Amino acid sequence: MTTNIQAPRREYVDGATAIVRGAIDAGCTFFAGYPITPASGILMAMMRELPKVGGVAMQGEDEIASIGMCLGATMTGERSMTATSGPGISLYSENIGVAVMGEVPLVIVDVQRLGPATGGATTAAQGDVQFVRWGTAGGYPVIVLAPSSVPESYSLTVKAFELAERFRCPVFVLTDKEITMTLSAVDVDHYPTVDVPARVEKDKGVPYSWEPADAVEPMRHYGYGDAFRFTGSTHDEGGYITKNPAKVGALNEHLVAKIEDHRDEIEMVDTDLEAGAGTLILSYGVTAGSARAAVRRLRSGGVAVSGAVVQSLWPIPETALGSAFDGIGRIVVPELNMGLYRREIDRIAGDREVVGVNRIDGRLITVDEIMEAVR
Amino acid sequence: MTTVTITPISTFRTDDPYPFCPGCGHGPILDRLNEAMIKLDLDPAKVVIVSDIGCSGLSDQYFITSAFHGLHGRSITYATGIKLADPDLDVVVIMGDGGTGIGGTHLISAARRNIGITVIVMNNLNFGMTGGQHSTTTPEGGITSTTPLGNLEHPLDICATVGVNGAGYVYRGSSFDHDLADRIAAGMRKPGFALLDVWDLCTAYYVRSNKFTRAGMEDSMRSWGMEPGLLYDREVTEYATGYRAAHEAIVGTPTLSARPIPVEFESTLDHPMSLVVAGSAGGKIRSASRLIALGAIRSGLWAAQRDDYPVTVKSGHSVSELWLAPEEMPLTAVTRPDVLAIISADGHGKAGPYLSAMTANDLVLTIPEYADLDTEAQVVVIDPKSAERRIPKTSMGLVYLAAALAMTGPYPLDALRVAAAAGSFSEVNLEAVETGIALV
Repeated sequence: MTTNIQAPRREYVDGATAIVRGAIDAGCTFFAGYPITPASGILMAMMRELPKVGGVAMQGEDEIASIGMCLGATMTGERSMTATSGPGISLYSENIGVAVMGEVPLVIVDVQRLGPATGGATTAAQGDVQFVRWGTAGGYPVIVLAPSSVPESYSLTVKAFELAERFRCPVFVLTDKEITMTLSAVDVDHYPTVDVPARVEKDKGVPYSWEPADAVEPMRHYGYGDAFRFTGSTHDEGGYITKNPAKVGALNEHLVAKIEDHRDEIEMVDTDLEAGAGTLILSYGVTAGSARAAVRRLRSGGVAVSGAVVQSLWPIPETALGSAFDGIGRIVVPELNMGLYRREIDRIAGDREVVGVNRIDGRLITVDEIMEAVR
Repeated sequence: MTTVTITPISTFRTDDPYPFCPGCGHGPILDRLNEAMIKLDLDPAKVVIVSDIGCSGLSDQYFITSAFHGLHGRSITYATGIKLADPDLDVVVIMGDGGTGIGGTHLISAARRNIGITVIVMNNLNFGMTGGQHSTTTPEGGITSTTPLGNLEHPLDICATVGVNGAGYVYRGSSFDHDLADRIAAGMRKPGFALLDVWDLCTAYYVRSNKFTRAGMEDSMRSWGMEPGLLYDREVTEYATGYRAAHEAIVGTPTLSARPIPVEFESTLDHPMSLVVAGSAGGKIRSASRLIALGAIRSGLWAAQRDDYPVTVKSGHSVSELWLAPEEMPLTAVTRPDVLAIISADGHGKAGPYLSAMTANDLVLTIPEYADLDTEAQVVVIDPKSAERRIPKTSMGLVYLAAALAMTGPYPLDALRVAAAAGSFSEVNLEAVETGIALV
C-alpha cells in the first residue's frame, strides 16, 4: 500500500535571497548598488550571483552612481535593479525623476530602516511609505509593491520587473529590515512559476509617443538599430528638448495616464474577509505578520473580523479596497510610523472610523496591540 | 560580381547651428569631435554621446549619433552603465567644468576603473548657463558672479586628478589646438578611460569679468603648473572587458535555487513554541538559532528567527527570537518566550521585557551571574564550568539552546545532531550540541 502523504519540501531562507532569486528569474541582467544596512545582503548576493547568468553587477562609488549606471544599462537593453535603504533613496531622488521622465524600467528595492537621517540602521520601520511615492520632484506617479513574507519577496520582485517593463517606469519593492533579514521556513513549492515576457523593443523610429495618452511606446536601446535620443528634460517624441506647451502637456499627462488609467493591472490586495465582520485590519509589509496573527486569534475567540494586506501600496488599490470595505464600520491600520498610510485610507474610507496602531521605537507591533484596537 | 562601395559618413553633425554665444569655444570643440568621429569612420548608431547640464549639456542635440542627456555631473555614471552593458559601443561624455565639481567622485572612480569611455571636459573656468558663477576650475583670484572680490579657492587640476588615479589617456589643451581632433580620436581608440581637459573661453562671463584672452589662457596654464599636452598614455585593462574576462569561468554555473531540507524525523509539538537566546555579538548567536531551526525543519516543523543586534559587528548584544511551530505562522515578535537563554551581560541587558512577561510555565536558562533574576519563570542556572570541556564563547549560544531543547523536547535531539553534522563547522557545532545535552 502506498501513501499519498508527501514529506514537506521546506528551506530556511531570508527575504534578501528571495529578492535576488526573484530578480534573476525575472530576467534581471544588471545591478548596481552601494553598501548600506540592511540592504547590503542584496548587493553582495547580486555581485556573486548575477555574473553566473551572464549579467553585470557593480558596487558604485555612491548611490547616485549606482542608480545612474542602472539607467544607462537599461537604455542599452539590460533589465536593471538597485537596492538601498532610506538614506540611499534620498540620494536616488533626482535620478528617480530621470527614470520617470525618460520612461526607464527600473526596479528599486528600499529595505526600510528607522529614520530620519542615519536613524537606526538595524531597526525595522515603515517610514518610507510616502517618501518612495513622492521622492522626486514633480509629483508624478510611481508603482510601489510591499512584500510581507519571504515568498512575497520573491513574487513581488518578479511582479516589479513585469510592471516596470509594462509601464516603462521605476517600480519600488518597499520592504524592511525584518522581512529582508529574518530567516523563515518556506515551502519551496509555494514560489510561483514565473515568466516575465521579453521587452517589447523596436529598432528604429522615435523613442517616445503619447497617442493615446496612456499608451506605452516600445523601447529603443543603444546599439540596436538606428541612433536615438534620451533625455531627462521635457521633450518631444524624438527626445528633443521642448518648451512647446502642447508637447509639454501631452508628455506630462502621458506620464500620469499610463499608470493611473491602468490601476486594474497593478492593484494587489491579499484579502481575508469574513461575513458579518464590522472591523477590517488593514496592513502591509512587516506589520502584516502581527495583523494576520491577530485575525486568526480574534476568530478563534469568536470575534468576526476581516483582514487585508496591501501588496500594491501605490497607486492606492482603491477598487480592491473599496470592495473590502463593504459592510465595514471600523478600519484598524497598524504601521511602524505615525500613520503615513492611514491618511490615505482615511481619504477613501468615507464615514468609516479609521484607527491607527503605531510604533516608532524599533519594536514590532504585537498581536495583542492590534487585538486591543479591534475590540 | 557586384562591388559595394561604402562611403564614409561625411559628418556626424545635424544641420542645426550651435546655440552657443559668439566667440564661445564649445562649437569649435564639438567640430573637432565631429572630425574625430569622421576620421575613425564610426557608425553613428554605435556611438552614444552622454551629456549633462549647462551649456555643454546642449551639445548632444547637434549630432546624429545616439544620445543620453542626464543630470548635472552624472553623465559619467550613465556612460559607465552603457559601456558595461555593451562594450562594443563608443561612449563619449561631454561635460563642463561644473560637472567636475558636482560629479567629482564619478570622475575619479571612472579613472580608477578605467571604464572605456572618453570624457571631453569643456573647461571654460566658470558656470556659463546659470550666470557666470565660480566652478572647481576657476583660477585663484578669478572674478565671477559669486567671487566678486576674487576666487579664494585653488583650481582643480582635472588631469592630475584622473592621471594619478589610473586613467589610460589624459590630455590637456584648448579649443584652439589644431590637432585636437587627432587627440580626441586617440582618446576614443584608447581602451580604458580617456579624458581631454579642453580649455575654452566663456565670452559671456569669464572673458568679460577677467579681461581673459586666448594668450592669457595659454600662459595661465603654465603659470599655474597645469602643463598642456598628452600627460598620460598607458597600457590599461578596460573595465567592461576586464569584468567579462574575470567572470567568464562562472557564467552558466548554477545560481541560487531553493534546496529543500530533508524531513527525516517527527515532532510531537502541537503549538507554536518560542525560544529567545540573548547573548553577545560575535558569539554565533544567529548561527546557533539557525541550527535549532534547521533541526526543527528536519522534524517537519515550521521555523522562523528574527535577529536583533546593533550596527557594530563583534561587539554589543545579539538577540535571536526563534519560533518553532507545527503550522505555518506569520512573522511576529516574541513577547513572552517559552524559553529564554541568557548567556552574557550584553544579553542580560536586553532580557528585561522578556523576563517581566514570562510566567511560571516558562523557562529561563542562565549563567551563574544571573541566578537571581526577577521573573515568575522557572530559572535554571547552568554553569558552563561544569561542562567536561571548556566551552568557547562562540559555542555558548548553541550549548544553551541544545540544553533547552533537551529539557523541553519540541523535536528529537537526533534531528539537531543531523542538522549540525550537515552544516559548516560541523565538528565544533556537534560538540556544542552534545555539551548542551550533557549539561541538563
